Amino acid sequence: MVKKKYEKPVIKKLQMGFMNKFGRGYLSHIRQAIDGVSIDKLVEMYGSPQFVFSEKRLRQNYRRLYNSFSNRYPNVQFGWSYKTNYLNAICAILHKEGEVAEVVSEFEYEKARNLGVPGHKIIFNGPFKTISSLKRALEEGAIINIDHFEEIQDIERLAQSLNKKVKVGIRINMDTGIVPQWSRFGFNLESGQALDAVKRIAYGKRLVLNGLHCHIGTFILEPKAYSLEIEKMVNFAYQIEDDFGFKIEYLDIGGGFPSKNRLKGIYLPPEVIIPSGEDFAEAICDTLLRCLRPNDFPKLILETGRAIVDEAGYLITTVHAIKRMPDGLRAYVVDAGVNLLFTSFWYKFNIEIDREVQGIPEPSIIYGPLCMNIDVVEESINLPPLPRGTRLIISPVGAYNVTQWMQFINYRPAVSLITIEGKIELIREPETLDDILGKEKLPQKLQLNLED
Amino acid sequence: MERLKQLAISEEGFIFDPVTGNSFTTNGTGLFILEALKEGREEKEIVDLLTEKYGTDKENVSRDLMDFMEQLRSYRLI
Repeated sequence: MVKKKYEKPVIKKLQMGFMNKFGRGYLSHIRQAIDGVSIDKLVEMYGSPQFVFSEKRLRQNYRRLYNSFSNRYPNVQFGWSYKTNYLNAICAILHKEGEVAEVVSEFEYEKARNLGVPGHKIIFNGPFKTISSLKRALEEGAIINIDHFEEIQDIERLAQSLNKKVKVGIRINMDTGIVPQWSRFGFNLESGQALDAVKRIAYGKRLVLNGLHCHIGTFILEPKAYSLEIEKMVNFAYQIEDDFGFKIEYLDIGGGFPSKNRLKGIYLPPEVIIPSGEDFAEAICDTLLRCLRPNDFPKLILETGRAIVDEAGYLITTVHAIKRMPDGLRAYVVDAGVNLLFTSFWYKFNIEIDREVQGIPEPSIIYGPLCMNIDVVEESINLPPLPRGTRLIISPVGAYNVTQWMQFINYRPAVSLITIEGKIELIREPETLDDILGKEKLPQKLQLNLED
Repeated sequence: MERLKQLAISEEGFIFDPVTGNSFTTNGTGLFILEALKEGREEKEIVDLLTEKYGTDKENVSRDLMDFMEQLRSYRLI
């Protein structure tokens, strides 16, 4: 006789009166492969945890968004936001697609140059540009967007020493109804500070103002905010052209488009609440065409990071231990935590498992491997009783995590890329002790000799 | 296990606790364990019974039983 199939014993309290129509039960989210490559194979090759990127998805996301804009406006350029993800392989894919580099520090500038991006294809932003990096950027013809008055002075001095007139842009900030207002970068428009900056540049006579840059915030869910941004930028550009004689050749509207990720505290699923790239493109391009003077098409620059790379990234992690909390909640300890998932502080990720698991789903908490109370990957998720060794596939995690991850308590893991051809490429090796000790110095008198 | 004897348990795994008014559901394995506990069987004995009944490995079953007992404790059913 065939024995009955074993199922882990579970008892669950029935909650009444707390149902809601938006509640998401456990919908049997099973993922056995990424782009046709099995999770088992990926783990066998490069271990767990492991970040996995999809070249196909990355290119698709870029093309979809770029086309939404280029179909509506004749002069569009995307700048790849290095801080979102500056792994060489990811940047190279996007540069091959046609993006220039958008960097915000000397390190990022050097990284882009090292990868082979020429200076004139780099947009240099940020509030802290060292003199040496500014000098290099000026010599190499990068687009520089000035953040503050000190920087105007720095660039003027450098222009003088290089004995040439250099083109620069300025970053401005403004009220577009987005809260919190990003007012710490650039010059404020409403207060007249931005106009003062233009006056200062005109007065200095060493710089030529040819661009405006603005970034209104992050994870913006309201396309109208961009319409307002564009309107104010175009009006300001014409004010500059008419009053100072500078021709504004580009309008860089920054980034801030959301990915299909779920923000904590937002009830509706991302499919419902997040506007599409088309919605943003329509709001932006329609406003541009409405406000611009006839036959004037300054370059529209976008620095979209998250909306392009977030959904192309996955993190594979493995259940290491199963616990029962004193309040009855089931807890899992997995091998990846907030050290790798910086964005878990504000996202509720999509979490899939690599196999069918029998049993009643129950509310569970997922802890990372750190010996720290804050290491919570997911505070509440309905999961069937997962056995040790189950792989969880967490997404979208392509934005910010592989730049903001920490070497804290554990090594940082391997990052792989599944190419369009279906090949698995290692794009970042897992760290070893040597990577961390390489920079350390132990004074002679502190050398240990405890074994004698 | 006196507390368990107060529960009304249906054959489908629906449990009503008349003391607190709470209701629970359990699966087949859980039901089997509850019945065995009510009969006063020891945990070790239950592990053997489950291993025999389902032909699964002992280590797993004993780990799962421990977890199930913890759940019962958290619901104050034992």
